[in-house]
Amino acid sequence: MKRKHPLRRVMLGAAATTAGIVLLLALKQPGGSSVAGVAAPPAGGVGASVPVAGAGAPVDEVPPPDGAPVDAAPPGEAPPAGAPADEPPPAADAAPDRRTVLGDAVDTQYGPVQVQLTLSGGRIVKAEARQAPDSDAQSKSVSANAVPKLNQAAITAQSAGIDAVSGASYTSKGYQDSLQSALDKAGV
Amino acid sequence: MGAGIERLRHVEESMGTVFSFDIRGSRDGAEVRAALRAAVLALHRTDEIFSTYRPDSQIMRLGRGELDRSDCAPEVVEVLELCAAAERESEGWFTTGYAGGLDPTGLVKGWAVERAARTIAASGAGGVCLNGGGDVQLLGGPWRVGIADPLRPGALALVVGAHGDLGVATSGPAERGCHVIDPRTGEAPVGGLASITVVCPAGLTTADTRATAAYAMGDRARDWLEALPDTEGFAVTADGSTWTTSGFHRHTAGVNA
Repeated sequence: MKRKHPLRRVMLGAAATTAGIVLLLALKQPGGSSVAGVAAPPAGGVGASVPVAGAGAPVDEVPPPDGAPVDAAPPGEAPPAGAPADEPPPAADAAPDRRTVLGDAVDTQYGPVQVQLTLSGGRIVKAEARQAPDSDAQSKSVSANAVPKLNQAAITAQSAGIDAVSGASYTSKGYQDSLQSALDKAGV
Repeated sequence: MGAGIERLRHVEESMGTVFSFDIRGSRDGAEVRAALRAAVLALHRTDEIFSTYRPDSQIMRLGRGELDRSDCAPEVVEVLELCAAAERESEGWFTTGYAGGLDPTGLVKGWAVERAARTIAASGAGGVCLNGGGDVQLLGGPWRVGIADPLRPGALALVVGAHGDLGVATSGPAERGCHVIDPRTGEAPVGGLASITVVCPAGLTTADTRATAAYAMGDRARDWLEALPDTEGFAVTADGSTWTTSGFHRHTAGVNA
């Protein structure tokens, strides 16, 4: 198998972060909140094209990826926002309030990608690809790298146990790929 | 009396951004829902009155001298008085009058968010978290607010915890490019802040104007914020280093403790 170029790995990683948010936005929310006039953009619209492996990586096994949002050293004296203190128990399959939501399939240059999230107590505890291009060896190899990053993007807000995100003003368009938007979509 | 609710979320687009409502329990869900509807209507009305993108808005007609203050909605008078107070407090670093115009948009959104949140809280909600485009009013609680890392999109710089009322405002160049300028030079602020977050128990109106002024001040902001009562700040500088005012740690959530 051909060895991956490191630059390509970085590029895919960046794309995965964006795609993670985009895919979150594409989630169907049964009876959820309405987002007037805010539609999920197509993956191509934000330059996201990411292959995802068929096997979903459970959140608790996700290694800290490069540029990982919450694991990287936070500024000041603040403890890491992604600390496990508030995290829901990882593999409590019998949790009564656990539910799954399935995102829309998004076409990427590698083929369709569809993500399923497992929510428990209003938090994402697992993100996995239900549909992913795995037709050739190269796609598989980049997938192995992309999935943890996609998961990381999806759970940033939840792993920090936050209710809202404050940041420099975003527009309606910018909201679409904001962490706040991910929170709104995943919220109970 | 309607049935109770545990939690109510709502997302509303207005003023060119998105407002995310997160409302905690109430014994009377009908009251809270009615208050939410009223709060949403008030946001849209605020947009109508204050939009600088609508030539026929009251604020634009007032700015052109086509309308007297006395003919404006009471909200206009209230907002302009708050703007004047913010301008005095910041010694002109916050201003509505740059380049001869009349532009209170630096205050309106935070003010509208705080007002909407208080409307809902007054209906008996156990807690309200209202995020208007990145500026957050918290009432009740406990709540946890992530502060976006300005240098790593999608990441958090730290988490603010609140067990009571708190306004959390972050100012920075943001996605629209720099929309805060140094009123004394007309240029982007010097001092190289990537973003600054200000928290005030008094509410978001105060936190928001102080964050805007502080961002315009750049590296002078630290001493200014330090001297203000019941106000704390957290800044990320352009090179990725950070500073906080001396009491900011009281608002950071002990995630790892």
